[in-house]
Amino acid sequence: MGINYLYPDFEVHRDKDKCINCRVCERQCANEVHAFDKELNRMIADDSKCVNCHRCVSLCPTHALKIVKTDHHFKENANWKGEVIQDIYRQAESGGVLLASMGTPKDYPVYWDKMLINASQVTNPSIDPLREPMETRTFLGQKSTKIKRDDQGRLITTTTPQLSLNIPIMFSAMSYGSISYNAHKSLAMAAQELGIFYNTGEGGLHEDFYQYGKNTIVQVASGRFGVHPGYLNAGAAIEIKMGQGAKPGIGGHLPGSKIGEDISKTRMIPEHADAISPAPHHDIYSIEDLRQLVFALKEATAYTKPIIVKVAAVHNISAIASGIARSGADIIAIDGFRGGTGAAPARTRDNVGIPIELALASVDSRLRQEGIRNNVSLVVGGSIRSSADVIKAIALGADAIYVATSALLALGCHLCRTCQNGKCNWGIATQKPELVKRLNPEVGSQRLVNLITAWEHEIKEMMGGMGINSIEALRGNRLMLRGIGLNETELQILGISHAGQ
Amino acid sequence: MTTIDVGSRAFDELNKEIRACTDTELVLNNVQGQRYIGCALSRRCITIEGTPGNALGSYLDGCTIIVNGNAQDATGDTMNDGRIIIHGSCGDATGYSMRGGKIFIRDSAGYRSGIHMKAYEEKQPVIIIGDRAGSFLGEYLAGGTIIVLGLHQEGKAPVGYFCGTGMHGGKIYLRCDTLPSDLPQQVSASDATPEDFAEISESLEDYCSTFALDKEALLSDHFFVLRPNSSTPYKMLYTNV
Repeated sequence: MGINYLYPDFEVHRDKDKCINCRVCERQCANEVHAFDKELNRMIADDSKCVNCHRCVSLCPTHALKIVKTDHHFKENANWKGEVIQDIYRQAESGGVLLASMGTPKDYPVYWDKMLINASQVTNPSIDPLREPMETRTFLGQKSTKIKRDDQGRLITTTTPQLSLNIPIMFSAMSYGSISYNAHKSLAMAAQELGIFYNTGEGGLHEDFYQYGKNTIVQVASGRFGVHPGYLNAGAAIEIKMGQGAKPGIGGHLPGSKIGEDISKTRMIPEHADAISPAPHHDIYSIEDLRQLVFALKEATAYTKPIIVKVAAVHNISAIASGIARSGADIIAIDGFRGGTGAAPARTRDNVGIPIELALASVDSRLRQEGIRNNVSLVVGGSIRSSADVIKAIALGADAIYVATSALLALGCHLCRTCQNGKCNWGIATQKPELVKRLNPEVGSQRLVNLITAWEHEIKEMMGGMGINSIEALRGNRLMLRGIGLNETELQILGISHAGQ
Repeated sequence: MTTIDVGSRAFDELNKEIRACTDTELVLNNVQGQRYIGCALSRRCITIEGTPGNALGSYLDGCTIIVNGNAQDATGDTMNDGRIIIHGSCGDATGYSMRGGKIFIRDSAGYRSGIHMKAYEEKQPVIIIGDRAGSFLGEYLAGGTIIVLGLHQEGKAPVGYFCGTGMHGGKIYLRCDTLPSDLPQQVSASDATPEDFAEISESLEDYCSTFALDKEALLSDHFFVLRPNSSTPYKMLYTNV
């Protein structure tokens, strides 16, 4: 066997005075880090297998465990950092494409953190949401710009199909396959209780979840897994996935090893064969082709469902969005490059795409300039971490936002970024029954409901602080934002003034 | 039987009328490129005189569509069940991501036919093309059967470039004496065996009776069968960060 160049990233620290040899850590770790040594009569650990997911730490009854980043390091080098060197070792060893998961951990600017929100003082009163009604209900879909009357002069009130949300927040696409049955069930139950929507992702819809159809967005992606007329009509809206923020320009592969009986049945493909989503839809090579798919889906659902087109935020996003807004789509979803994934090539995840804040501002401005902003609603995602991010997104022009990583964190994810291994100790990104059952959907959905309800309160507080009592009045209201520490180009793209101006 | 004279009507009006029609037999005369005809429909038979537009029978769910003429792009896109019979040729992306049912084309099909077709249990889609298919036939094929008969190709490979790239399931039958010169490494080719013929016998019988061809004469000629080398072609591609 060759030399192993990789030193473990983490060290498992066990306080021997606290450890009672109960072996919970051993039972809880699917990575098989912990073991009981009979001769020594104590627990031992293999640091090299640890992914730092904190499952053992959280379940240790005596708090005897902690996971520490190793202080072992290469000779200091600002250019050739340790992780860069290690990646080269990995590839030299395997010849493989580096595979990673969840959103990029790289230190790119987070523009949400460089924008500040306004509040009323003296000249207009702020509003107390505990005392006065605040409207957060949002409708997504095409908005007519003309008043139409019939030949009797009566108003024609029929509209194109709309999604109605109690709060402008939705759970974005995560397929059954990338996440577990119990994770999907938690999202579906929470969406129903909150009056919002969750998204099937590209993996079909499990037969048990058709009952949540009114709160479901069904996705059609390039692999068309599990797509048939019953599926298309099961949801409240259909999302055409053209791209994903974490991996713009490439498709997806669910490895055969993750395709067990239930996934196979839902995706309608054989067990243990790779599920491959090609990079493009091979029936869409242009905006005209996209229009064709949009209308094929409308025909398939008799014009009863809004059609969402989801794209990754890339360099020419405003021109692309302009095309989509003319394609007949009802909603554009844009996913920024910090968005999560169950597996993506690390180089793509860490280097391709642009931040959602800039993409959103530029798309909203472009659609307004062209007079087609009302053709579509805008939904944005790609690392929305708090209610403040939601407020800022809506003020930049979003109609609603998509969260996924935040939702997974609510379900217990610890962002260890090893979803691709399929051994999620928290029962989320795994298909192993003994791990999946660790996530209780009743508890999970309640935690999701708690999170979104808390955000709703915070959104109302901040809206009230601005003297705004309807989310409509916040939408695209960039006067409510100021930049901090941004240069002129950034301010110009975001369409906001600097703090103090 | 209901007959509709289509002419230059808008596609959405026409399709609304088709959806509302309770008759199981429908004839559309003078069709002039209207798109999405038969989209997601089940349980009826639509006969088309003229030229239907793109996405004919997309998401088809059990309906039979007969075209007495040529069809255009994306015929049978993501079709689930039913039959589409074309007495002529088809455009690009025919049977894209098809999941069940049959598409029979008397003459030729364009580029990108049968890309990413897939199969599951009783859902076994079949495309039979009489003469020739364009490039990219059966790319990413995940399941189902594509048969290209090369009726006027005199033994030459009846497909264009990049046939079967990324194939990881299903089978492609080519009636010819020489293989395409650029078969990708994911594909292995072999001479069709009696077992291979037995698998397609029923579909071919159906095709031959539809277009008045002699099945036995066809089967006496040489066929290649293309299969994937692996159902998990991406297994060795990655290493974890």
